[in-house]
Amino acid sequence: MLHAPNQETTLLANALNMIVPLATDDGSFHGPSIAEFFPEVIFFPGTPFEINRIVLIRFISVTAILVLFWLGTRKMKLIPGRGQSLAEMALDFVRVNIAEDLLGKKDGRRFLPLLTTIFFMVLAMNITGIIPFLNIAGTSVIGVPLVLAIVAYIAFIYAGLRKHPVAFLRNSLFPPGVPWPLYIIVTPIEFVSAFVLRPVTLTLRLLMNMVVGHLLLVLFFSATQFFFFTAGGFYALFGVGTLAFGFVFTLFEILVAVLQAYVFALLTAVYIQLALAEEH
Amino acid sequence: MLHSVIAAAAAVETKNPLIPEIYDIIWSSLCFLVILFFFWRVVLPKMKVLLDERSAAIEGNIAKAGAAQAEAEAAREEYTARLSEARAEAGKIRDQARLDALLIGTELKDAATADAARIHGQATAQIEAERQAAVVSLRAEVGSLAIDLASGVIGESLKDDAKAAGIVDRFLADLEAAESATPNGVTGGK
Repeated sequence: MLHAPNQETTLLANALNMIVPLATDDGSFHGPSIAEFFPEVIFFPGTPFEINRIVLIRFISVTAILVLFWLGTRKMKLIPGRGQSLAEMALDFVRVNIAEDLLGKKDGRRFLPLLTTIFFMVLAMNITGIIPFLNIAGTSVIGVPLVLAIVAYIAFIYAGLRKHPVAFLRNSLFPPGVPWPLYIIVTPIEFVSAFVLRPVTLTLRLLMNMVVGHLLLVLFFSATQFFFFTAGGFYALFGVGTLAFGFVFTLFEILVAVLQAYVFALLTAVYIQLALAEEH
Repeated sequence: MLHSVIAAAAAVETKNPLIPEIYDIIWSSLCFLVILFFFWRVVLPKMKVLLDERSAAIEGNIAKAGAAQAEAEAAREEYTARLSEARAEAGKIRDQARLDALLIGTELKDAATADAARIHGQATAQIEAERQAAVVSLRAEVGSLAIDLASGVIGESLKDDAKAAGIVDRFLADLEAAESATPNGVTGGK
């Protein structure tokens, strides 16, 4: 009767029903679903420029970056004030710990704008996941992770081809020190790992971290709401537990937000470094 | 309940979270480009200028500190030199003073000795003169006293001046002889 994809959703609904047996029709418990990440369109429906809530949240993130760094670097002084110190500390983190640490002074300076952009864009769009009233990460829809992964992909291929096309391809596909018959196996593996899996893992690592983080938070807080106000009585005790978990996971999400931004920028730098390396 | 979940799920059933929507890509790219432009053209150049200025300032300060140190070193050396110079001069002055003191002391002593000798001489001379005067007056007085006494004892027979003078002279000569003999007699008697 149902189409094949609909059978899956039916199964999902049954599963949810089993997890939450207390749900009733009048005060039903709605678990989080993938629909969370596709809210209704607010502006320009039907065009390629649709804007929904999450796109707006991304705009807020971008605005926050622009305003904060404009304020922090508005009047640069040799002896920095409070705001300038914070901005410098943030920029130096990327400059020293990611760019110069992995790529050295010269190449680090070349790729610093890219790495800085990736780090702060991911960080700002991750952190919206725990900011009240925004409550969803701008990176939890595939657009941002994918665009940044493609940028990283282009960047490391550009870096390698620009510096030494032959050495870059040889290092990437025919790692030195391997007996030549093994290249029959090694080369396809190296090709897939370097040119296919890198952007895919960059995208999915960030996307899935933020998707799962959001779903967990929604689950904990909607369960808390359900236990306190719908189920009530004895079940309010469960609500205390789910609220505590929600709080702990909110803190955890802050860590994840920073960590994923760091990992994304760091891996981009590592890929560029590998592309620039003379020998592996 | 089941129906509502299915309805909700069915609405997004076509939405696979791994398949990007075109608007998603467009806006994500725009966000990326805006941030990239901002960091590349605005923030990082400013930061670079600042870092260069700061390192220049630090180098300048280090140079300034080096100059100040050299200056301090020179001042210290000059001070030390002046101090030893002053010490040598002080020693010279002290020696001179000692010498002067010695000279002055000797001079003073000589002067005092001369004074003392002079005063002593004066006193001696005065005493001698007074003694002479006393002797002269004594001689005259003792003579007249003795004559008075003798006149009183032996009457007026000695009124004759020539005899009287002869008697007195003899008496005095005896007296002097006795006077000079007595200490000898005493020491001789012993």
